Amino acid sequence: MLRDVEARVIANTRLSPDYNVIALAAPEIAEVTQPGQFVMVKSARSADPLLRRPFSVFEVLRSNTGVKGLTLLSKRIGVTTRILYDAVEGDTIACLGPLGRPFEVIDPPAEAWMVAGGVGLAPFATLGEALLARGTKTTLFYGARTGAELFYVDWFQSRGIKLVLATEDGSAGHRGRVIVPLEEELRELESRLPKPESRSGVLIYACGPEPMLEAVAHVAGKFGRPSQVSVERTMGCGMGGCYSCVIPVRDGPNGHHYVRSCIGGPVFRGDEIVWD
Amino acid sequence: MTRLSGTDLSVQIGALTLKNPLIAASGCFGYGVEYAEAVDLSTLGGVAVKGLFLKPREGHPPERIVETPSGMLNAIGLQGIGVHRFIEDKLPELRQRRATVIVNICGSTLDEYVELARILSDAEGVAALELNISCPNIKEGGITFGCSLHGTFDVVSAVKKVTPLPVIPKLTPNVTDVASFARASADAGADAVSLVNTFLAMAIDVETRRPELSNIVGGLSGPAIRPIAVRMVYECRRAVKIPVIGMGGIASARDALEFIIAGADAVQVGTANFVDPFVWKKLLDGITDYMRRHNISRVADLVGTIDTTSREKEWISS
Repeated sequence: MLRDVEARVIANTRLSPDYNVIALAAPEIAEVTQPGQFVMVKSARSADPLLRRPFSVFEVLRSNTGVKGLTLLSKRIGVTTRILYDAVEGDTIACLGPLGRPFEVIDPPAEAWMVAGGVGLAPFATLGEALLARGTKTTLFYGARTGAELFYVDWFQSRGIKLVLATEDGSAGHRGRVIVPLEEELRELESRLPKPESRSGVLIYACGPEPMLEAVAHVAGKFGRPSQVSVERTMGCGMGGCYSCVIPVRDGPNGHHYVRSCIGGPVFRGDEIVWD
Repeated sequence: MTRLSGTDLSVQIGALTLKNPLIAASGCFGYGVEYAEAVDLSTLGGVAVKGLFLKPREGHPPERIVETPSGMLNAIGLQGIGVHRFIEDKLPELRQRRATVIVNICGSTLDEYVELARILSDAEGVAALELNISCPNIKEGGITFGCSLHGTFDVVSAVKKVTPLPVIPKLTPNVTDVASFARASADAGADAVSLVNTFLAMAIDVETRRPELSNIVGGLSGPAIRPIAVRMVYECRRAVKIPVIGMGGIASARDALEFIIAGADAVQVGTANFVDPFVWKKLLDGITDYMRRHNISRVADLVGTIDTTSREKEWISS
């Protein structure tokens, strides 16, 4: 059920000079959000910014009495994210959702490998919880520019999610892009289980910058593993009304057609997207 | 949506009666069905669906929109499923939801408009045709009709000859005198005119010196254009007797009333629907409220009631 909630800010935790996690009292949305879905946020009362901006739901907040809200992981890059960064308890932020096609959750014995780049960590808290609840062995490959921009590492670890970290400056985990350890693990998995029929299933989920998603989809394909990627395109409405957030999706051997990523996605199969 | 007893919100467009003056603007509401979860489509005066060509169209590559002060630019390029798939895939649901469907049609040639009008006149559940002769974002047609008085006259009269449906040309503001285009439309037998489509505009990323839109230029919509659109509706109201459907940056009941008072029989709402898909009830309740406060029982009695008695001399363009 789609709702527009004038949500009160419950808390705002600044994680770094750019990143924050904002908690919003929107239980009506949080209760029905599936991993990978998003909300359209209107941060201003005025016409600046005019349009809403999409955010993956990061966490669903629960108390003894039930669901009390949701959080968003935000990186300050524009007007809306600046307002979210500066927001204080008691402010209200309009939240429309839940929207979009969620990740498909798999069951054991298949394993889940989640690949996050930067603020692309956002959908993996709820996805990780949903996978663990089904008993699925789950790993998070998490890349950022520096170790100081790797957030919630303890949160994932304490829940039993295995972590593989990578930073571009080498200050934590592997030095370089997160795709490197991902490819190593895929290669190792293949050598461990040489025959396709003996392979345990691994499904790869990814969210992050588009070049990373392309690399993940490519590497997953190379090793014959399915992938689901969550894309972020410039979005005007989140409802399928404006046709701005389209992404080319494969259509036969050579063709493609534009699909609205707000309603056809944001989650797509990695092998169905025609990367630029 | 509430309808107070004694409040008549209906609007007459040719033989068509709209139950209220609020129409979802073409290009801002998908095919209508996308919004069924947010608004009961049967409560809208009309649903103008996304512009349709005979054949499916891909549209422009991204980036397709960019936000500007109190507005947005778009250059979607009329991505669409084509008229046949619309009739098969979308119209049945619109019918079932009892929407008053206004189909926006777009052609590269006169024959294409005529063909579209023929096909849609035979389809069940189409209430009216809006002629898109004003899309600023595609080269190969539409706008060539909308920027020429003869072209406008010709396309309206050609379509009128083949359809019993009300015909509503949608006018571009990118002309010197929009009222003359309203007049050409009325002379050709149009049942109403709708205006304005978007203003041709552009935005540049100064760091990269690249245009923000892949198409370089696009159409400006949103509150930024509202005062210009109100002025153009006012000019058209004075130029023609047929109904005028006004649009351009309407985001509140106040804004809708401004257009109605300037001379719009009905209004379309586009960009505001992106910001708030639940905007419709607020608009209708606000209009009803206003009518009650001002003791007006029929919205038709409010149309064009702008009081210019003391300011007439200041109006220099007529």
